[in-house]
Parts: sequence; C-alpha cells; structure tokens
Amino acid sequence: MSATEPLVKISNLEIDGIADETRTRIINNVSLELNRGEVMGLIGESGAGKSTLGLAAMGFTRDGCEIVGGNIMFDGIDLVTATPDVRRQLLGKRIAYVAQSAAASFNPAHRIINQHAETPLCHGVSNRAEAEADAINLYQRLRLPNPDEIGFRYPHQVSGGQLQRAMTAMAMSCRPDLIIFDEPTTALDVTTQIEVLVAIREIVEQFQTAAIYITHDLAVVAQMADRVKVLLRGDEVEEADTRTMLAAPREDYTKSLWAVRSFQRPQKPLATRGAVPVISLRNVTAAYGNNDPVVRDVSFDIHEGRTVAVVGESGSGKSTTARCITGLLPPKTGEIAFQNKVLPADYRKRSVDQLRQVQMIYQMADTALNPRKRIGEIIGRPVEFYLGLKGAKRRRRVEELLELIEMDPREYINRLPSELSGGQKQRIGIARALAAEPKFIICDEVTSALDQLVAEGILKLLTRLQEEMKLSYMLITHDLSTVRAIADEVVVMKDGLIVEAGPKEEMFTPPHHAYTDLLLSSVPEMNPDWLDELLAQRGAENLGDAAVSKM
Amino acid sequence: MNNVAMIIGKRLGLGVLTMFMVSIIIFLAVNMLPGDFAQALLGQSATPEAVAAIRKDLGLDKPIHTRYFDWLIGVMQFDFGTSFAKANFSSYGGTAAAANFGTVADQIAPRFANTLFLAAVTAAIAVPLSLLIGVLAALYRYSIFDRIANISTLTSISSPEFFVAYVLILLLAVLNPVFPSLSNIHDGMDFTQKLQKTMLPALTLTLVVTAHMMRMTRAAIINLLASPYIEMARLKGLSPFRIIVFHALPNALAPIINVIALNLAYLITGVVVVEVVFVYPGVGQLFVDSVKIRDIPVVQACCLVFAAAYISLNLLADVMSILSNPRLRLPK
Repeated sequence: MSATEPLVKISNLEIDGIADETRTRIINNVSLELNRGEVMGLIGESGAGKSTLGLAAMGFTRDGCEIVGGNIMFDGIDLVTATPDVRRQLLGKRIAYVAQSAAASFNPAHRIINQHAETPLCHGVSNRAEAEADAINLYQRLRLPNPDEIGFRYPHQVSGGQLQRAMTAMAMSCRPDLIIFDEPTTALDVTTQIEVLVAIREIVEQFQTAAIYITHDLAVVAQMADRVKVLLRGDEVEEADTRTMLAAPREDYTKSLWAVRSFQRPQKPLATRGAVPVISLRNVTAAYGNNDPVVRDVSFDIHEGRTVAVVGESGSGKSTTARCITGLLPPKTGEIAFQNKVLPADYRKRSVDQLRQVQMIYQMADTALNPRKRIGEIIGRPVEFYLGLKGAKRRRRVEELLELIEMDPREYINRLPSELSGGQKQRIGIARALAAEPKFIICDEVTSALDQLVAEGILKLLTRLQEEMKLSYMLITHDLSTVRAIADEVVVMKDGLIVEAGPKEEMFTPPHHAYTDLLLSSVPEMNPDWLDELLAQRGAENLGDAAVSKM
Repeated sequence: MNNVAMIIGKRLGLGVLTMFMVSIIIFLAVNMLPGDFAQALLGQSATPEAVAAIRKDLGLDKPIHTRYFDWLIGVMQFDFGTSFAKANFSSYGGTAAAANFGTVADQIAPRFANTLFLAAVTAAIAVPLSLLIGVLAALYRYSIFDRIANISTLTSISSPEFFVAYVLILLLAVLNPVFPSLSNIHDGMDFTQKLQKTMLPALTLTLVVTAHMMRMTRAAIINLLASPYIEMARLKGLSPFRIIVFHALPNALAPIINVIALNLAYLITGVVVVEVVFVYPGVGQLFVDSVKIRDIPVVQACCLVFAAAYISLNLLADVMSILSNPRLRLPK
C-alpha cells in the first residue's frame, strides 16, 4: 500500500446499543481517518460515544453493542467483516489499548511483567526472556522507578500513576501501529497525570505510533493530539487540527465546551475580625483504628456564607477531615465547634439539631441515593426526621425543595433515581442536604463525576443557594478550576497536614508554598504549548510524583 | 507475610474455639436423647436396682458437668472412652477392666479411614471434573454444551442418592459388569482391589457433588467476565480459553475453594445412604447403629469427628483462599 493511504479509515460507522430489546444509536454516521504516526483526540461528554468509537477502531464492540453500518479499514483489512481470528491476530500486536483505570485493568492475580510479556508471547513476537528484557527497557524509557524490579510486583503494590505508565509500556510490547488511549489520566491526581502525559507523548513520538486519544478534558487533548474530533451523542460535531480548534471553534457546541472553564464568582471579603465561625476545627488529629494518623493537627474556620475549598491529592486527608466534622470518625485529639459550641465527637451523641446543621453532598450521586426509593421519599425523609413535617406539609416542603434545585416537582417527585441523569441525581443530593435546613454543607467532590457543562450548572446552583440562604460550604476537591470558580478561601492539604491556607486570590498569585506551586503548575492549560513549556522550564525529573517525593 | 500469618493464626484460633463450642453442644444434645443405654439394654421389665447398677458401672450417675469434663479431658488425649456395647460385654465376662476390649477410638479409626478413602477417591474424580466442566461451560456459555452440563448435573443432584446408586448398579454392575455392586472393603485388600470396590459409591457421590461445584465455578468465572482486566485481556488478542483459565479462574478461586470444601465435608459426614446401599464400612453406618442402641461414647465421638472434618476443611479453604490472593499474601 502507498504511504499516503491512512492507517485507519472509518467510514459512515453506525453502532447500536441494545438493552432490554430496545435499540439506541450510539454512533451515528461517523467517519474518521488517521495517518501513521498521527495522534487524534476524541473529545465529548459522557455518552458521546468516544469510547465506543475508539474501541470500534480496534474492531471491538462491548457486549450489547452492534455495528450496523459502515466499515472500519485498518491498514487495508476490513475489521467489520474480518473473522474473530483475524481480528485477534491484530489486537495487542498491531493495535493496542490503554484503559482508563490501570488499577482495574491489570489482573490482580498476576505480576505486572507476566501480563506485559503475555502479549508478545501469545502473538509469537518474541520469547519470554526477550519480552521481559524489552519490558524493563520500556519501563526505563517511561521513567518508572526501579525499572528492573517494578515489573515483578503485583498491581496492588504499585501506585496508580506508575500502573498507568506500566500499562502504556504493555501496550507498546509488540510495537503496535496504533494505540487507543481511553481516558488514561482521568482517574489520576493532577501531579501524577502530568507525568503520565509526558511519558505517553514521549513514547508515542519515539516509536512513531499512531494514537487515538480519548478524553473529556480539553486542556489534556490540547497537549496530546495533532487533530481533534468533537463528538456529541454519537454525532460528529467538527474536526480540525488542534491549534485551529482551540483558537477558532466553528460550532456552537464546541464553543460552549470551551466556555465552561470561564465560570467564576468573585471572592467575598473575609469575615470580620471576631465574627463567630460556623464551623471551626481545632487541632484535629484523626486515624483509622490504631494506624498512623491520616489527619494531623488540622485547624481552620469556616464563616457564614463562605466557601472554604480543601484541596489535595488522594490520600491527603481531605475526606477524613470531613468525616471528623460529621462525627462519623471521632478525632483522636482536637475538637470541632459549631458557632463556638463544641460538638460531641461521635455523631451518635449529637442532638438532632446538631446533626441537622451539618449536611453532606457526595461525589457519587449514583450510590448516595437509595435506588429503590422515589425522589419524594428520598427528600421527604430528612424533612420528616429533622423538621417533623408529615403528610401534606411534608409534601409541600419537598415540592419547594425541588423547585429550589430547578426541577419540576410534578415531573420528578415520583421518579426513581435510575430515571434521572447524573446531573439531576446530584441536584437531588443537594435537595436532600437542604431538606435539613442546615447552616453548613460539606460538598465532597460533588462535580468530579460530572461532565463539565453539567458540573458548571451544579456550581452555579450551589452559588445561588449560598447567596439565598447564607450557607457555608466546605468544598472538598482536587480540581483547581472548581476552586477558582466558587471558593473564597483555600486550604491545601498534603499527607494529613495543612501546607498552606488563605484567601483564594492570594492562593492563585505567587509566591506559593512549593507544593501548592506544584499543584497549580500541574493543571493542564488550554495552550497547546503548555506541556512543552513546562518541560523546558522544569525538566522531566521535576514533575509529578518525582517532584512530590523531593519535598 | 506477617499479615497472612496473623490472619491464619486468627482463623486457627477461631477453629479451636468453634470445636470447643461444638463439643459442648454435642455432649448436651446426645445426653438429651430420650432413654438411656441401661434402659435400652435391660428392657421394660428391668428392676430399678439393675438399671442403677449398670448406670453406676458406666458412670452415668455422675452429674453432667463432671461427665462432660471427664469426656473432654479424654478426648484431648484421643481417648474417646469405651463403647457401652463393648463395656457391657466385659461385665458379662466378669472383668471390669474395659481396657482389654475395643475402645471407641479402635472402633472408629478403621471406619474413618474407609470413609476418608471413599471421600478421597470421589474428590479425585469430582473436583477436576467439575472444574473442567465449569470452565468449559463458562467458555461456551449459553451454548448447547453449557445447557447439557447444567441440566444433567442438576438432574443428578436432584435425584435421591439411593436412586442414583441403583441406576449406576444397574448400568455398571448388572448390565455391564464393570464394577462390583458390593463395596465391602477390608484391610486385607490391596489398593487396586479397594479402588475397584470403591468405584461405584465414588461415582454415585461424584454425581451428587459435581453440580454444586461446577455451577459455582461457572458462575464465579462469568461473574468476572465483565471486569476491566478481562476486557483488557480480550483487547490483547488472547484466546478465549487463555482468558478464562489464566485471567478469570485465578480470581474466581476463593468462592470455588469454599464450595469444594463444603462438598468434601459432605463427603465425609453425609454419606450414610450410599454406605448402606453399597454395604460400605464407613463411619456413617457405625454412627446410625450407635444412635439406635444409645451407645453414647460412639455417637459423641462420631459427631466430634464430623465436626472436626467440617471445621478443618473450612479452615483449609479459608487459608487457601487467602494464599490464592496476592493482595492478602503480599501487602503493599
């Protein structure tokens, strides 16, 4: 074949999803061309069909999906009509896959290097010794610590970011022509993400591998892709090379995606001196069982009508702090005060009124709502428990709450959680917290499971409610753009300690604490040269985990 | 490694504790059986004096807690006491010393060895067979093979054991005389003879226990097929067989091991019917006979042996499940 022929040519692809005998179109007449050595970014919100399209480029459909039209040519082979054997010969060997969660996609029962060597062995590319030597070589190139030894560990013994790099190495094991990256950094902390991004980009360039990079994060795609294709509910919105797309998106939908990041409400003035804080933590130290403390000597105040963002990476103690405030985990030492009155450490010893004042909204609205209860019941229960309203009064209150969160009571009061979208479920979570008429709400990563447009709606709602009811929020997040959007004060935590705290505007202007600086500088920006500039400025050794461990 | 040692140590401790509790329950339950040995032996017209004399001989007149601790101390030294039936025989002979005659341990030991032999032969056939069928059924799920495997194993587990036994006798002993229909093995036989005699009861039991293990293997594997690492394995272009055996099976071991342990315990404790049909000299028959004549020491010893089998097999299953899981075996 000629060198100008594209490596992958998908034309007019149509894929149906089949559930309970009803068909829904997941991919609607999408075409895609990818040349050798080229990286294409696929972006869109959840349900846009990104993963389905990415997997289709491998000739693979998940159970319950069916290709109903179009064709997929890979290097002259029609993957739609090819026999399963022919497809299997290509998978792993010429087309490889890097999954979203390496922790879930590595088999927990086998050592990493055995899983790595499996692909070249089963495809007859090399023998075990060669495959292992090559694996160690790839680990070195991907800058994994202890490359000679790390492969001989089990997946649970390796951190998330390292696993994701090991998975990229595994995808490279047969030097494929094409790799599908399916949200490879979505589950990672920002400082870890950046390392993985650098590693992926280097290795793809070194081996001139073509790639399809699937993500919902525009700033990430800006760093990684040569061209970008935007999908919306199975339809192609537009495609252009990355710089053009960023500078001048044509379609309204693309523009709206771009605009999401701009939501920001101004910081409120600090509470006046001597004002009584709604919640104050005083030297709180907490641990699970008799283990080492995961929160150490943490103190901060949250004032009326203010939002305090607690920022940090996974394992920094953010959520544990929240558990201490709610009384789920009594602290070892220190105390929590509500309007200067110390709360009992254990929630079981708190009065109903004390419990009422502290409410929580969870990250996963899916699991935080009882799937068998109707919306009216979910919100009605705290109304009855905390306020003692029954019957018609209770129903009226539930309707008011639904209106407050901009959902029509007539339409939604009798629905089950499964009949709502992700954003709507999160709104119900908010209404349930409001039902107690609290002064203070803990928002635990409330937007991180949501698409950006939906997340923006939730943030605006939270802001409006705060204005109307003088609520105080503690916003737990690892996403600095959320912090920028709605926080007044910021508390940065690392390894259970507060490393920096202050008003938002101060936090986002230098000089910072070294860790805050690392966090801030690790957040990808929409500038396609951002990663290059950062690399040039800091060097690959001063990014991510490597930089964290130097502190 | 310390972690695992601790988990296993805890499990062992719990096992010992369970055993102790079970010993109390057994002792109380057996002593609450209506009637006693003296009454049963001497019949309706016995004088109260005669009954009391025999009760005194056997120590039945002592308070229950004394008897329990006497028994427990004996058991801990592997002395299960003397069978009432034998002791009675000795007092007719004029010697009070029961030691010359068979103890309970002597009585049970050869029977228990036979029971273990039958269980071992059955396990050697049934465990690999059900794993194999389970893996194949998972591999070719919803195919004709899968359906046939499911239906036939379900049919065999749903039929009464004696029925399965007689069908097998009809097929393999009467119509095609491959194996003998009587399994009256004894010590004088060599291994192959014993094996041949044991074949029919072993096959009967295989049919009884296979369904459970096979269905658990299939279900445990299919349960994992939606996991991301299985999708990853498929996207690496591995063969379906390799995906099932290398990627799914190792992660499905814990539930499978537990079901195997339960079925092995059943093979040791629950095979009375099959023993009777094939005249197999196992513990089951001895147990039933002893209950009939209120031979309390033998009944207690049998119960204890059964309980020990259950507890130790489940303990073993726990330990193997832990060892099969690298996350528990090798902490971070």
